Amino acid sequence: MQNTSWVPLFPEQASTFAWQVDALYFYLIFVSVAFSIPIIAAIFFFSMKYRAKEKYATPDEIHGSMVLETVWSIIPFVISMTIFLGGAIIYFQQYTPPEDAMEIYVVGKQWMWKVQHETGQREINELHVPVGRKIKLTMTTEDVLHDFSIPAFRTKADVVPGRYTYMWFEATKPGKYHLYCAEYCGLNHSGMGGWVYVMEQRDFDNWLSGNVSGQTPVEAGKDLFQNKLGCASCHAGGAGQRGAKLEGIFNTDVKLVGGQTVKADDQYLRNSILNPASQVVEGYQPIMPTFKGQVTEEQLNSLVAYIKSLSPGAAAPTASAPAAAPAMSANSNTAAANKTAPVKPAANSNK
Amino acid sequence: MQTQDAMNAEMAAKPEMNYLNNGSSLKSWLLTKDHKRIALMYLISVSVFFFMGGLYAAAIRLELLTPSSDLLESGTYNKVFTQHGILMIFFFLIPSIPAILGNFLLPLMIGAKDLALPRINLLSLYIYWVGGAFTLFGLMQGGVDTGWTFYTPYSTTFSNSYVMAVGLGIFINGFSSILTGLNFIVTIHTMRAPGMTWFRLPLFVWAHYATSLVMILGTPVVAITILMLALERVGRVGIFDPSIGGDPILFQHLFWFYSHPAVYIMILPGMGVISELISNFSRKKIFGYEFIAFSSIAIAVFGFLVWGHHMFVSGQSVYAGLVFSFLTMVVAVPSAIKMFNWTATLFKGSITFDTPMLYAMGFMGLFLIGGLTGLFLGSVGLTVHLTDTYFVVAHFHYVMVGGQVIAYLGGIHYWWPKITGRMYSEFWGKISAMLVFVGFNLTFFPQFILGYQGMPRRYASYPEELQVLNIFSTAGASVLGVGLIMPVLYLGHSLLFGKRAGDNPWMLPGLEWRTSSPPPTENFETMPVVTWEAYEFGEESGLDLDEARRREAAAALA
Repeated sequence: MQNTSWVPLFPEQASTFAWQVDALYFYLIFVSVAFSIPIIAAIFFFSMKYRAKEKYATPDEIHGSMVLETVWSIIPFVISMTIFLGGAIIYFQQYTPPEDAMEIYVVGKQWMWKVQHETGQREINELHVPVGRKIKLTMTTEDVLHDFSIPAFRTKADVVPGRYTYMWFEATKPGKYHLYCAEYCGLNHSGMGGWVYVMEQRDFDNWLSGNVSGQTPVEAGKDLFQNKLGCASCHAGGAGQRGAKLEGIFNTDVKLVGGQTVKADDQYLRNSILNPASQVVEGYQPIMPTFKGQVTEEQLNSLVAYIKSLSPGAAAPTASAPAAAPAMSANSNTAAANKTAPVKPAANSNK
Repeated sequence: MQTQDAMNAEMAAKPEMNYLNNGSSLKSWLLTKDHKRIALMYLISVSVFFFMGGLYAAAIRLELLTPSSDLLESGTYNKVFTQHGILMIFFFLIPSIPAILGNFLLPLMIGAKDLALPRINLLSLYIYWVGGAFTLFGLMQGGVDTGWTFYTPYSTTFSNSYVMAVGLGIFINGFSSILTGLNFIVTIHTMRAPGMTWFRLPLFVWAHYATSLVMILGTPVVAITILMLALERVGRVGIFDPSIGGDPILFQHLFWFYSHPAVYIMILPGMGVISELISNFSRKKIFGYEFIAFSSIAIAVFGFLVWGHHMFVSGQSVYAGLVFSFLTMVVAVPSAIKMFNWTATLFKGSITFDTPMLYAMGFMGLFLIGGLTGLFLGSVGLTVHLTDTYFVVAHFHYVMVGGQVIAYLGGIHYWWPKITGRMYSEFWGKISAMLVFVGFNLTFFPQFILGYQGMPRRYASYPEELQVLNIFSTAGASVLGVGLIMPVLYLGHSLLFGKRAGDNPWMLPGLEWRTSSPPPTENFETMPVVTWEAYEFGEESGLDLDEARRREAAAALA
C-alpha cells in the first residue's frame, strides 16, 4: 500500500485510468529521449569538431536549407499530433462520466471535503468507495475554488462555487490513497486533504451499514421540498399549479419562455432554485422567489437528488439498505481503514 | 570605420567622452533621455527585485526541507510563494531582457542615435518605479496571499491581504510594458540606418519586435482584468464571485488571455539573445535566418490562442479543452524549429567557449527539457494528472529560469564589455555558468518526479515519503544561489579593475560592436551605412581581421 522504495518514482496505479495515463507518460518520455539524444549528440560533436582552430576564422557560409527546415517542421508536427490524440482520447474518457455510475456528492469548504453518499452516509476528508464500481462525483463548493485530486487514480477536477463539476473513476485495487486539494484555496490549503479508501464490495457494504446519518439525500430533499421550504405549495404536480411540474422532468428537454430549449440536468435544477427568473419554463409566470442564501450546498444537493428521484429511470438510491442508526460513529474511520478486517461498527452492536 | 589600433591609441591619449562620463550629477541620470542610461537604471532596479524574489525562493526551499510546515506557518508560506511569483514575473522576468538589454542595444544594433521616443522611454522607467513602489508598499503592509494568479473568488471576497495595493502596482507596471513595446516597434520601423533592411536585422531585434507586439496587445487585457477585480473587491459588483452573480471561470479566461502570451514576453527575448550568442561565438551565419525570424512572429501570434491550456481541469467544456490542446501542440513546432536551427548553426563553425557561449549551451539543454515537458502538459489526458502539481512548477522554471534567466545572464556577459568598457574575469564567469547549470538541474529536475507523484504545488507541508526529493531540490537551490550571486561580485569587481575591453573584443560584425566601448551618448560618431548581410563574418563585413590577428600575436609575444 505505502510506497516503500527510498525515492518513490511513480504513484500507485489504482484506477482504470492509471495505466492509460502512465502509458502516455512513457510514450512522451520515449519521444523526449529520442528527440533529445540526436540534438545533444550533435551539439557535443559539433562543439568538439568545429572548435576554433585560429582566432577570428571565417568559416564558409551556409544560409540554410529549405528541405531540412521542412523536414524538421513536419516531423515534430506529426509527432505532436500523436501526443495530442493520445491525450485527447484519455481526456474525453476522464471527463465523460458513464450513465451507470454510482453517485457521490462532494462539497468543498475551506479547508475540508464533505462527502455524502446516496445512502445517507457522510464523511469528512475521507472517501470510501468499492473496488470495481464506476463512481461519479458531483461536486461544488461553499466558498472558493478547490480541486479534488487523487494521484493514484490519475484524475482530478476543479470544484467551482456556483455550479456543479463532475469527475468519475473506477478503482481497481483496494487500499488507502492520498486525497489532495490541488487548487490553491487559502490559509490551510496544504491541510485540506485526507484519504480515499478503496474497499472490496463486501467490506464496503459493511462500512455503509455502520455509518448512517439518518436521512438519505432523497429523503432529506423530500423533507425540505414538502415541509421546510414549502416548494410543494406550487410544485406539487397536477393541473393548474403555479409552478412547473417536476415529475419526470429530469434529463428531458424543457421549453423556456422566449423559445429556448434546455436540458433539465443537475445544473439546470440548481440554477432554477437559485436564480428562478433566469430560465422560466414556457407557460409559467416568473413568480418564484430565489432561494439563494437560504439553502446550503448540501441541502441543494438533496433537493436536486429528490427532484431526480421523481423521474422514473433517473438515478435512484443504491440498493444497500440504510439501517436507522445514530450518526457516524467515532471509530468508523479506523475500522474502515483496516480493509481486510470485517467491519463491526459500534452502532450496530448497540441495537 | 576606425581600426582597433587607432581607437586604442585615442583611448590612451585622452579619456574618451562616452555615455557614462557625460554628466555625473543625479539630475543627469534621472532626467536623461539616453536609452543607455535608462537601461542601466533598469538594470539596477530589476536586479533589486530579482534579489528580493530570490530571497523568497530561498525561504520556500528552506520550508520544504521538512514535510511539516515548521519554519514558516502556512499563512506566511502562502504570502512568500505569492510574492516570489509576483516579483519575479511582473518586476523581473517581463522587464529583464527587453528593458535592460533591449533598451541598450536596439538603437545600437540598427544604427540609430536613440529610441524613437526617448521621453516615453524615460516615462516607462518611472511608471515601472511607481508600480514597483505600490507593490512594495503592499508587501510591507502585510503582503498578499492569493498566488500570483489572483484566482477569484478567493482574491475578491475571501483574502484579507493587501490585494488592492499589489494589484494596483501590477496595473501601473503594465503601462511600462506597453510603452516600451510601442517604443520598440516605432523605433524598428523608423530608425534603421541606411542599408539596414528588415532581413539584415539581428535576430535579437526580430525577437523584440515579436515581444513588443505581445506587450501591446496582451497587457491591456490584464489591466482590464485587474480593474474588474478591483470593482468586485471594493465595489461588490458581481463579476467573478457567484454569490453576487459572477462567474469565477471568467476570471481565469481573462487572466490567462494575457498571462499565457506573457510567457512569450518572457521567453522570446531570451531566444533572441541565444540566436546572437550561437551565431557570433561560432562565427557562423545563423542557419535559416528567415525561419528563426518568422518563428518568433508565429510564436507571438499562436501564443494568443492557447490560454485555455491553463484551464483543462477548471470545469471548462471538454471540447474547449481538446481545441486548446491541439493549438498548444501547434505552437510547440516553431520552438522546435529554433532548436534545430541553433544546432545546425554550430555545424562547420569556428566555435569558442567564452562565458556567454557557455550560457547559450546551458540554455539549449535546459530549454530542450522545458520545451519537451511542455508537450507533456499540452497533452490533455496527461495534464489532468499533472496540472497543479510540482511537474508544472518544474516545467515553467525550466522555461523561465533555464530559458529566460540563463539567456539574460548570457546576454549580460556578452554585452558587458560594450556596456561598461571592461572585461570581467573569464575564469569566474565560467565557474559561475557551470554552477548555475548544475544547481538549476539539481533544484528542478527532482520536482518533475515529485509532480508525477502528485505533490500539489503551493503546499506548505507534504507527505513524508516525498522528503528525499525535496532535500535534493533544496540542496540544488543553494548551489544555484551561489552561482547567481557570483556574477554580482566579479562583474562589480570588473567595473574598477577589469581590463579595458576595446571596442570589439571578439571582432564581431554587429553594428553595436562598431562603436566605442562604452558608446558615446549619440551612439555613433558618424551615421553608419550597412553594406553587409546579417551575421557576415568574412571580408565583406569590413572588419580588419588580419590586423586583429597581428595585434593578438604581438600581444602574445609581449
